[in-house]
Amino acid sequence: MVLGTLSQTRGRTLAELKQTPLYNLHVELGAKMVPFAGYDMPVQYPMGVMKEHLATRTGAGLFDVSHMGQVVLWPRSKEYKDAALALEKLVPIDVLGLEPMRQRYAFFTNDQGGIQDDLMVTNLGDHIFLVVNAACKDADIMHMQDNLSADCMVEVITDRALLALQGPKAETALAKINPEVANMKFMDVIELELNGAKCVVSRSGYTGEDGYEISVHEDDADALARALLADADVEPIGLGARDSLRLEAGLCLYGNDIDTETTPIEAALNWAIQKVRRKGGEREGGFVGSEIILDQMENGTARKRVGLLPAGRAPMRDGTPLFASETDDEQIGAVTSGGFGPTIEGPMSMGYVPTGLAAIGTEIFAEIRGKRMAATVTKMPFTPANFKR
Amino acid sequence: MKFTEEHEWLEPNDDHVIVGITPHAAEALGELVFVELPEAGINVSKGDDVVVIESVKAASDILAPLDGEIIEVNEALVENPALVNEDPLGAAWFFKMKLTTPSDMDELMEEDEYKELIG
Repeated sequence: MVLGTLSQTRGRTLAELKQTPLYNLHVELGAKMVPFAGYDMPVQYPMGVMKEHLATRTGAGLFDVSHMGQVVLWPRSKEYKDAALALEKLVPIDVLGLEPMRQRYAFFTNDQGGIQDDLMVTNLGDHIFLVVNAACKDADIMHMQDNLSADCMVEVITDRALLALQGPKAETALAKINPEVANMKFMDVIELELNGAKCVVSRSGYTGEDGYEISVHEDDADALARALLADADVEPIGLGARDSLRLEAGLCLYGNDIDTETTPIEAALNWAIQKVRRKGGEREGGFVGSEIILDQMENGTARKRVGLLPAGRAPMRDGTPLFASETDDEQIGAVTSGGFGPTIEGPMSMGYVPTGLAAIGTEIFAEIRGKRMAATVTKMPFTPANFKR
Repeated sequence: MKFTEEHEWLEPNDDHVIVGITPHAAEALGELVFVELPEAGINVSKGDDVVVIESVKAASDILAPLDGEIIEVNEALVENPALVNEDPLGAAWFFKMKLTTPSDMDELMEEDEYKELIG
């Protein structure tokens, strides 16, 4: 048999890989470590991807996402609004209208209307806190330094870990350490002490479940993670289950489902662009690529990101070509993420199709190993979201 | 029982051999979620792709370990691919084949040689 997964990890030098503050804990827990975005990261623990996924959906899962970039924008004027208005030049998001201690999803756009990265933006009162993707963080930081330096000091945070605690029992588990977190609602942010360490906690995540993301100083991260894992309901979860959880939740993976070649409108992320930045809004446009993006918002796009449910059992993975019929020669699109959903107990995918074939219920075909297999355009998320609104 | 460098095991049984993948391979692949078997009755040559398996991580092929005819496939794996992770050396055999040249088995690895290979 051809063991792709085995040969990939062999013979690769791991010397230049970075480690997160939880590296020793991962190794101690028996994690399988793999290179990911320049970091040596746990892809799974002895429990395995499938059970880790289900443990997160039914209990609580603890994820190390310290590889992600944490950045603070300090307005030179000391006024939040000046940092917000500066950042609005790079994202089509209402940053100014974001209430203090609230978080919002955003993306950096480029001149072609494509997406340079997706990120989370938080109003921390007198400054902005950002979390960006690991693989994009160096480019994002340069982009912000180049464009925001007149109005903001761009501070890259390198001494803080980022943990995510996700699942229906996340609230109970974290409230045992500090009961205040139970009062938070989805996308609320709070600064408080956990296990003796000052933390920034948001009620958010990347699994479709209720949960929290916790920014904590690197020196305190290991102890906090161990305190959380001491709870019988909390299991350590690797990148493997993180990917199947986010895919079931219909959430985009940067580099797969969205990239510099896809616009937010093609990616069906219109909901993330608030009215105030749209045509006719008070602060219409004014961001990189706004002409293209706002035009697409009015007039539509030729293709669209959709969810796909394969009719059979075979997973349709990223790169799988899509066709309008069983016999048509012309490829109409491709799968951008795909795999097996442990909660839906079957395969699921997302990908881009022509807008004319993007309606829910449309049957299209994917070609796997030379065979055409049917799939149905399906509403996402594949599993219902479980947020505390 | 004999082993191949492609992490298959072959167990002689009457006039045919039973073929599966090793526990090492099953563990490396992660939980299997999909198995596509060949049809019984087809003739295969060593190195042909005969089975497709997909784990939570990726798709892989199982190759024909030697020349011969596939005489039976294990349909239970289609219904329950996870069986491969639970019992790779037993219940989760993939197919039975009648070898064109039964003595080809002699060229395959013994268990201790295979163990050395996987370190």
